[in-house]
Amino acid sequence: MNLILKINKISFKAQKYIFFLFIVVFSIGVVEALILSPSDYKQSDSVRIMYVHVPSAWTSIGIFSVIAILSLGNLVFKNKYFLTIAKSLAPSGLIFNIIALVTGSIWGKPTWGTWWAWDARITSMLVLCIFYILYILSWRVFENKESVKKITSLISILGLINLPIIKFSVEWWATLHQPASIKLSGSSIHSSMLLPLFVMTAAFVLFSILIFLMKYNTELIKIKNKGLDRI
Amino acid sequence: MINEIFSMNGYGLYVWASFIFTIICFVGLYFQIKLQLKKEQEKFKIRYFDLTREETETLKKQETYREILAFTNISKI
Repeated sequence: MNLILKINKISFKAQKYIFFLFIVVFSIGVVEALILSPSDYKQSDSVRIMYVHVPSAWTSIGIFSVIAILSLGNLVFKNKYFLTIAKSLAPSGLIFNIIALVTGSIWGKPTWGTWWAWDARITSMLVLCIFYILYILSWRVFENKESVKKITSLISILGLINLPIIKFSVEWWATLHQPASIKLSGSSIHSSMLLPLFVMTAAFVLFSILIFLMKYNTELIKIKNKGLDRI
Repeated sequence: MINEIFSMNGYGLYVWASFIFTIICFVGLYFQIKLQLKKEQEKFKIRYFDLTREETETLKKQETYREILAFTNISKI
């Protein structure tokens, strides 16, 4: 049995364990974020929005990177599973992107006094959302298998260019959005806030894995059904 | 204590709105994908159990089916 088959088999069985783990980690994260973590000396309790806003933005960007890499991989290696995996990742990526935009907007009101600003970081996140929508719509709209593979790969690879823009927008331009607080060199956030942030990030990653597994299995069964139709 | 958690120093509306929106998105996406999965599983069951013995034998010989059906829990191949 090759590696892909092993992954398929695991994906089928792992859903309930991931679901259970997600519920546990998310519950701990919510309690930490809403009750146990301290409020900020400047932003007071509005800082708690960070615990859903930041992990959703990270996860959304991470998922799009994986989609783009898999699309590139498909162009190079012509592996049929790469695009199925990429397609299955897209719904959770889009939802996390929407959560990041909406919670960012909610956080903006008490912090900046506005729900929305055409700021470089926010706008580039909106562009990412458009790429996600185009990617998902392409899978639904185009029926020709070869065309859809090319179009979705093109969208994801073009979208990849936007990712460094999102990351460095706060450094390249004067933006309302604050610069990154967590860098490879260290963090300016206190550990009492960093812990719930990482717990929530772990919960969000688990949720995206759960949705991916369910969607991936759906796609595999769709392939089977199409095959059964052809008999 | 409870009031403090709800009011969040006057930011309760923003904080709770963000968390509730996130949870609604999670629940919505989870059930949407679960519904899709169930629908496809049902389709597969109906079509699969309608197959004749000859059709099942044909499936066995096709590499794609051996790959895809290898892990299914309702497989009769």
